[in-house]
Parts: sequence; C-alpha cells; structure tokens
Amino acid sequence: MKYLVWGLVVLLIILHQDFWFWDDDRLVFGFLPITLLYHACISIGAGFTWYLATLFAWPLDEDEVARLARNAAAAKHANPLQGGGK
Amino acid sequence: MAQMIIIGGYLALLLILGVFASRMFRGTSQDYMLASHSIGPFLLLMSLFGTTMTAFALVGSTGESFEQGVGVYGMLASSSGIIHSLCFFVLGVPLWKLGCKYGYTTQIQFFRDRFDSDKLGLVLFPVLVGLVIPYLLIGVMASGGVVNGVTQGDIVMIDGVRTVVEPTFAEGTFPAFLELGVNEATGEASFAFGSKGGLPREIASFVICCVVLTYVFFGGMRGTAWANAFQTIVFMALGVVTFYVIANALGGQDSLLANMRVIGQGVAENHPEKLDREGMSQLVFLTYMFVPLSVGMFPHLFQHWLTARSANSFKLPVVAHPIFIMIVWLPCVLIGVWATSGLITIPAPIEANPNLVLPFMVRNLAGPILGGFLTAGVLAAIMSSLDSQFLAIGTMFTEDVVVHHGGKNRFSEKQIVLIARLFIIAIVALTYFFSLYEPRRVFVLGVWCFSGFSSLFPLVFAALYWKRMTKAGAYACVITAIASWIYLFSQSGFGMDAGYYFLGMMPVATMIACSTTALVVVSLLTKPPGEETLAKFFPVKH
Repeated sequence: MKYLVWGLVVLLIILHQDFWFWDDDRLVFGFLPITLLYHACISIGAGFTWYLATLFAWPLDEDEVARLARNAAAAKHANPLQGGGK
Repeated sequence: MAQMIIIGGYLALLLILGVFASRMFRGTSQDYMLASHSIGPFLLLMSLFGTTMTAFALVGSTGESFEQGVGVYGMLASSSGIIHSLCFFVLGVPLWKLGCKYGYTTQIQFFRDRFDSDKLGLVLFPVLVGLVIPYLLIGVMASGGVVNGVTQGDIVMIDGVRTVVEPTFAEGTFPAFLELGVNEATGEASFAFGSKGGLPREIASFVICCVVLTYVFFGGMRGTAWANAFQTIVFMALGVVTFYVIANALGGQDSLLANMRVIGQGVAENHPEKLDREGMSQLVFLTYMFVPLSVGMFPHLFQHWLTARSANSFKLPVVAHPIFIMIVWLPCVLIGVWATSGLITIPAPIEANPNLVLPFMVRNLAGPILGGFLTAGVLAAIMSSLDSQFLAIGTMFTEDVVVHHGGKNRFSEKQIVLIARLFIIAIVALTYFFSLYEPRRVFVLGVWCFSGFSSLFPLVFAALYWKRMTKAGAYACVITAIASWIYLFSQSGFGMDAGYYFLGMMPVATMIACSTTALVVVSLLTKPPGEETLAKFFPVKH
C-alpha cells in the first residue's frame, strides 16, 4: 500500500504536465476554462493522495511519538532556555 | 473614508488579539519562540497555510493571470498542492522528530549538529536572512499598494487634464513627496500620477509593519499562531465573498452562473489566449514545479513545524493544504482573467502594474463598505506571513548568533527577547527602505525569492536521507546555491525582466542542478561523517 501511495504521488506529478490541454480554450459549463478545471481536479487528487499517505505511509509509529512527546516535556522542564545543537 | 475606518478597525482587532495572547505568555524564550510545542492540528493547519499564502497568492496570482491567463494556476497552485504537502511529509515530520529529540529551535541548530560544524551556521545565517528579505518585501510592498489602491479617488479627464475626483485624502493632506508622482508625458509632478487621493503607499506599508511588529512582540509564537488562524479564516471567507460580488457586479445578470457565463464569453471574445496556455513554454511550465520546493527551507515554516504538539498534528495540514490552496487561488486566477473580459475597462496605469489589478477590481466593483472588508481580507493574507517571518528571523538571530556565540548564560530571558525584537526592527526597517524604490511585480519577486530557498532544498533533503553527505558537501551546496541565485537574479535585472529564463527553463532548475552537483561531488570527495553522527541521525532500527 505504501508503494501505491508513492506511485500516486509520481502519477500526480506526471499528470500535472497536461500538454493535451495546452491549446484548448474550451469553457466547461460555459464559464470554467478546461485547463483550470483540470488543475483544480489535480488539487483535489493531491488532497486525496495525501490522505492515503497519512493512513498507509505515515513515517512515525505511535509508540515513538509518545516517547518523543515525553522526552520533549522532560527537556522543557529541565532547561526552559533550551536551544539545542552544538 | 469607509474603507479607511474598516481597515483601521481590523488592525485594532489584531492588536487586541496580540495583547490577549500575551496574557498566556509563560515568560520563557521557549514559549515565545515555539509556543512550548503546544499547537494542535487545526491551529497548525491554519498557521502553516496562512504563512505560505501571502500577497503572492492573492495580489500576485490575480495580476499574473491578468497578464498570462489561467495557466498561472497550474504553474504554482496545483504544483504547490503536491509539493508543499510532500515537504511537510518528508521533511516536516522527521525534522519535528529530531527537534523534539535534540531540542532544536532553528534550522541552523539542526544543520550545525548534523554536520558537526560550528561555522556552518555563520555561512547559512546571512543566506537565510538575505533570502527572507525579498519575501518580506513582497508583503510590505503589496500591503502599501493595496491600501493605496482601494482608497484612491476616481480619475477623470477634465479639459484634457487628468484629475482626481472624490479623493479619500485631499491634495495637501500629506507632504508633497508622498502625494505627487511624475507624469511621464510632461515630466511634471502631479497628484493624479501619485497617491491619487488614497493613503500614500509609504504610510500604509509603515502602519502595517508597525501593527504586525506589535502583535508579534506582545504575543510571540502563540500570538502569531492565533493571529494566523484568525487571519486565514478572514481571507478565505472574504476571498469567496470577493469572487461572488465581483462576478455579480461584472456580469450584470440575475444569477451567479449566468454572470460567470457572460464574463467567460467576454474573455473568449476579447482575449481567448487567456483561457489556455498558448505561447507558454512547456519546459518553463515543467520547471516551475521546482519553485514550491522552497517550503522545505523556509525558516518560518521550520519554526512552525516545531510548534506541533505531536507528529499526528501534521496529518490535517498535509491533507487539507492542497484543497485550501485551491479555495484561495481559483477565485483569484478567475478574477485576473475576468479583468480582460472587456466588461470593465482597465486603465493604462493599472495594466502597466499588475499588482494593482485586484485592488482596482475591488474598488470599482464592490461598494466602499464591502471594499473595506475585502481589503482587510487581503491585508490578513499579507500579515499572516509577515508575522511568522519576523518571528523566525528574530529567533535565528538570538539562538544562532547571540546565544550560541555569546554564551548561554550571558543573557537573561528578558534580554534575549529584547535582542530578538531589536534585530527584527532592524530587518523590517531595511525591508521598508527597499520598498520605497521602484516596485517590482509581486509575482516575479516572489518566484525569485522562492527559487533561492528551493536551491537549498537539496541541503535539507540530503541531510535527512543521505548518510554519505559531509560537512564540506553542505558548505559547497550553500555557497553554490547562493552564488548561482545572485548571478541569475542580477542577469534578470534584479527582477525587472519578468520574462527572464535560463536555457529556456526557469532559473530555479539551474540553481538546484548546481547546488545538488556541488553537494554530491564534494561529499563523495571528502571524508565521510563519523560513526557518532551517523548513529545520532541514522539510528539502526531493531
């Protein structure tokens, strides 16, 4: 499923280059340029693809998230000035 | 005058919000800069989206679609829907995790740690601040232009002389250097070629800067996140209202659909080339896809990522961001194209300065009260970016220069916050100074600014995912990115040549190719990172 999600992201990037509508000035429903409608659909498709990504390809597991949250809270109380790094 | 009262009321409301947020301030620099990692999914979505949508998205997109047609949406809006969320996903979440684990507040702390280099921050700091300045400039410049545009009087020809009728501010209200412009035909100074009876853009920009500075200073990151959420709701709602009002006023029919059909027909008859991408290069369109990669290196977005309460807070922004972009950009692009329908006459000075297309449409097609609210909506979008940028540069200066090089115990909490504020004021003053010069097209300047940040994308991506990347590779990447940006930006006349391409492509493609090549070649030629660094950033999963 994870690979399918990343495949969809690549597909969106390819579909974004819509040379087939390049010189098409048709108005859909009499007011919406077809190229604009197509790219609005790309935006909706992106939202759906990223929804699938959060379900099936999320990079952190819940245990790790809980542990990090605890560490962050402990670090905050120990040193409010913080500023990590070197 | 009604517009002025509404705009003034809106600015006062923001100040109250900032003061209210300051009552929740916990008194630590950590709370001031990162809201103590307390921001949940909704506030994170609104603040990330409000921050990325600026004058570029409203004023710039309308102006550019007026110039180039509907192809502008594909160039930046639908591509950003894919790429921005990709960056939140592949960069934002891992960086949030590392930020929680090792206590980072800024990007530079992460890079210093990852490459085990104290001096890398000194190279990166001026580069990031230098690239933020044009971004700030877009907001400062556009806010002045929009307020001036909607408060201007009407221009009529009386006895062959351009005359201002019903000005908001009569001639002589402000000093002459703020009111008068040059009539290029005669070379004479004229009110009708200057502020045209509106609030002079220099004053409007100054007031906007002061308001944003005040609520950022009072409320810190918490105030900024709240103000961003509030302003994002305001500009999205008013954007939809603007679209509805302009469509009805322009079409003059009984229903919205009938109005849009009449306007669409007008564009098809007068400027059919605006309805497709005829004349637009496919290679340029393709290479525009690199521009949204800039979000991966925006210092203010890095800081917003770190405010998240948990990694799950990212899920809503990742999903909703493309849809929100569509809600904002689609009406703006259509309004820009509708300005060419022949149903409204666009005067030559507006045609020559596309930044003014949206304020012109609002002023002429909405009444003064609605016009005032719509202007507040545009200002909301501009200010919701300026605030985060102000806070980010202040945080970088205190954390990466003052505290890091001056010593952690040298300054008190209060002194650190004060130093951050003074540095922000200095940068805003410098930006304001630049805004007084001849204005560039918001869209063009925005693309150059984003291109600079995009050229640094390989740095953050490789730092997270390529073990073999070395300190020398990081230096090479940063130096090559900024050198190629300066060279190409200067070749375009510092944004004056709006149609500047390099090798038939967007200059950003060349910049990314150069910085990536430098990063890879130098990393492979130098000693790999130590075991300790690899264990810290690339732990083996059991």
